[in-house]
Amino acid sequence: MLTDIIQLTVRFLVLVLLQIVVLNNIQLSGFINPYLYVLFILMLPVKIPRLLLMLISFLTGLIIDLFSNTIGMHAGACVFMAFCRPGVLRLISPREGYEADATPSVTEMSFNWFVIYAGILILLHHLFLFYMEVFRFSEILSTLTRIAGSSVATLSLVIMSQFLFVKSRKDR
Amino acid sequence: MRSLFLLLWRNNFLITFLLLELLSFYLLVENNKYHNASVLNSANRMTARIYEGVNYVQEYIHLKTNNENLARENAMLRSRLPEAFYNNSFTRETVTDSAVRQQYSYITASVINNSVNRRNNYLTLDKGSLHGIEPEMGVISSTGVIGIIKDVSPHYSTVMSVLHKDTRISTRLKKSSYFGSLEWDGADPGEATLRQITTSTRIMKGDTVVTTTYSSIFPQDIMVGTILDFSVKPGESFYTIRVKLSTDFRSLSFVYVVGNVLKREQLDLQNKSAKENAN
Repeated sequence: MLTDIIQLTVRFLVLVLLQIVVLNNIQLSGFINPYLYVLFILMLPVKIPRLLLMLISFLTGLIIDLFSNTIGMHAGACVFMAFCRPGVLRLISPREGYEADATPSVTEMSFNWFVIYAGILILLHHLFLFYMEVFRFSEILSTLTRIAGSSVATLSLVIMSQFLFVKSRKDR
Repeated sequence: MRSLFLLLWRNNFLITFLLLELLSFYLLVENNKYHNASVLNSANRMTARIYEGVNYVQEYIHLKTNNENLARENAMLRSRLPEAFYNNSFTRETVTDSAVRQQYSYITASVINNSVNRRNNYLTLDKGSLHGIEPEMGVISSTGVIGIIKDVSPHYSTVMSVLHKDTRISTRLKKSSYFGSLEWDGADPGEATLRQITTSTRIMKGDTVVTTTYSSIFPQDIMVGTILDFSVKPGESFYTIRVKLSTDFRSLSFVYVVGNVLKREQLDLQNKSAKENAN
């Protein structure tokens, strides 16, 4: 339990710092922004209470906002993502259900499952985020392009991070 | 009340979500000039749309009243245009000289209605009996004879133009003083026919035709026109002379009405002589 909390805190700090210091300064071809920090919310335990999940997500988004000068934008997107997460989990749950201490990751679940899970939530997050940023429907085509591009970039980074940093349960 | 709390508690997840979203949105709008302006703008646009719609309906409801008001205003403005005023000023030229007796007075008038394309053409002048115009006064312009006053109202008068089948203008040839009466045959508003000039006189194309005082309407020697050509019908002792009228009746604007002060005297005397002759 304690190790879990430490592990989560470390992951949180690493991801947020990575996002603030490195990824916020990366703009691929001018309009693609990867938002890797959502990985923290993605990888919160499956059985976490929903309200807690939502509050943690809100705080995460708010911290990112504080550092990227977009107060409320990421917080809103993260809350939306947390709101959708239980539904998505239920939608793609394995036949025998989740284990009590399951964490959504490639190593614990299957690769396909994780891609679907992460893909849906990242897309929802980015939809919300970019529409909050643009704040109008008139530029719908360019906004959708940006959402698609950034979602692909974020998803690629999330999957890569799975293979680089997350230790296999069997190794532990 | 209890069931309300129960409902809220049961949906605490959704409510927390909404509250947090509201909070994010509030923060976003509070801290960001662009979003702030954007929200305000869309709010303004929304209210403006609503007002527009309301205004549209109201305008439609008030259409009749508005139309009436506009029509009234139009009428008022029109009545202030210069064209709306009747020009009551006129000039009557008279000369006071003890050596000569004034016989003719001239009243200026402008033509407000005119026609040339009918068999019997009339003009309307903007002066009437209030300005001293009487029936059977002569009307001339700076270029020549126009016609004879037919009817008079207080402010208007009609003129039987030369281009009328009953108009006879007493004319003479300026060179030879032979006289005849001019009439219009109804074909060309620029031409009239002069008969009763005897073939014993020598006339030429281009000779000038002027008025006489015989009818007591026109002063002496007012221009009528020039001879265009002439012919003699077999067995007649009079020329048939086509006269080119010096006045272009299609472009009349200002005319003079000629009053003969001594007309009454002349006519009375003539009538008296005619009566005595008849007796």
